[in-house]
Amino acid sequence: MYNQKVVDYFMNPRNAGRIEDADAVGEVGNPKCGDVMKIYLKINPQSEVVEDIKFETFGCAAAIATSSMVTELAKGRTLSDALKITNKEVADELGGLPPAKLHCSLLAQEGIQAAAADYYMRRDGKLPDGLTMPKTCIACGCEAGEEEEERFVSEHDRVAE
Amino acid sequence: MEPREVYLDNSATTRVDPKVTEAMLPYFSQRYGNPNSLHRLGREAREAVDEARAKVAALINAEPTDIIFTGAGSEADNLAIKGAAWALRERGKGCHIITSAIEHHAILDTVKWLGKMGFEYTILPVDSRGMVSPEDLEKAIRPDTILATIMAANNEIGTIQPVRELGEVCRAHGVMFHTDGVQAAGHIKVDVKELPVDMMTMAAHKMYGPKGLGALYVRRGIKLIPTLHGGGQEFGLRSGTENVPGIVGFGKAAELAKERLDAGEDKKIAALRDYLIEGVLSRVPESQLTGAAGDGRLPFHASFTIKYIEGEGMLLLLDAAGIYASSGSACTSGSLEPSYVLLATGLDHATAHGSLRLTMSHETTREDIDYVLEKFPPIVERLRSMSPFWNKR
Ligand code: FES
Repeated sequence: MYNQKVVDYFMNPRNAGRIEDADAVGEVGNPKCGDVMKIYLKINPQSEVVEDIKFETFGCAAAIATSSMVTELAKGRTLSDALKITNKEVADELGGLPPAKLHCSLLAQEGIQAAAADYYMRRDGKLPDGLTMPKTCIACGCEAGEEEEERFVSEHDRVAE
Repeated sequence: MEPREVYLDNSATTRVDPKVTEAMLPYFSQRYGNPNSLHRLGREAREAVDEARAKVAALINAEPTDIIFTGAGSEADNLAIKGAAWALRERGKGCHIITSAIEHHAILDTVKWLGKMGFEYTILPVDSRGMVSPEDLEKAIRPDTILATIMAANNEIGTIQPVRELGEVCRAHGVMFHTDGVQAAGHIKVDVKELPVDMMTMAAHKMYGPKGLGALYVRRGIKLIPTLHGGGQEFGLRSGTENVPGIVGFGKAAELAKERLDAGEDKKIAALRDYLIEGVLSRVPESQLTGAAGDGRLPFHASFTIKYIEGEGMLLLLDAAGIYASSGSACTSGSLEPSYVLLATGLDHATAHGSLRLTMSHETTREDIDYVLEKFPPIVERLRSMSPFWNKR
């Protein structure tokens, strides 16, 4: 199902872990859908270059591979450049993802956005024009952080659909 | 420890027993007759089918004429539910069906489809072990209830249902009772002479037989409307030329399963299962058994949720270590909803995503389990080291 490169990025993830004194942290996804990605950034205040980046991800192999890839792509770029990384770029760099797993690459793109948004909020107290805080869980389209739906309990006397 | 290959996905399918393959082989190109032909080759095939039918019947202490061979367990489920529902409605008995929330899709989807055909249905909840309560069943029965279908044992969490009690409730109210025994048959003792079960589904490939072979036990006197029309094979209930080699293989598999059950091998494998469960729970912090424990679960079946990580990663890393398992995680199926079975037992979504199922065969050894217990904990640690939930727990 996965190509060799995806497997490699899953088996030998690049930049996995956390940065304790990060300048910014972004979290996207929702455990309900099975994916949560957290991106940590260290930013050079003068050049705005991403000097260090790490990720923590709860999710499938593709989610880990895309997190891993997006951190590699972002490292060394300026923040505004890193914001240009698209999910397509992430997926392409990985040599493609199975269609059912494309949302994992969207998560990677949004992870960078969320982390950058956190950086600007901390620094300026507001977001630069054109940047929004990713709010919906891309995977399923639900509002991230939304309360869990009531669990299946009983369908007594349920009639035909 | 030496690297090995350990197949722990026997709930998905089992390895065909070499004795089964051997029994099947002549029926491909030596005794290849059509059992409906009158000549010698045909008669030979007919005898082989009859013999196999008797063996499958013997496994559950049924009469040979109560066994109908089908093309799969799912087909047998369809025949049981649609066949009985239509036949009973035709006779004006009503149109309400009861099932449970953790049934196989062959049951749930069939019942829901009948819902579109004018039937009504109730889906019973399960408790945290995945058990249906006979009281719930009784409460759900209405004057127009014709059929209840509740599995004998669940494929994902291994829970064995209180089939006797459920059947007794049905008996008391004149409701026909079907049980999907695909996971149970051949692995735990089932005696349809003393269990209040009217119909039961089985599948050959879950008991070391070939794929593509199911069977439905139908208690004498029960009328079904066939789902397949044609030549009238299988007592008119399942038309189509019999899959003779497959049927022979099913018979052999049933015979071997009975021998193992008579020899008490289910107890042995249950001990190995408990060793595995104990080993995982003690070595992997914040892991938890899903489904029932002890006698309430299939002897070969262990299933867990491993908190803070997701199932697919576990499967791939286990696979790299030569261990073949499965998971009810959403991600392995490409959907976003984790297993409805795990959700029905009350697990939250995030926990349900971390599910792992290890199902053994009669060939699994203690060394195999030791190998798993050595390889698995570091895999969990590795995935957890990347998990935002583990790190901020
Ligand atoms: S984490 Fe579930 S599909 Fe990617």
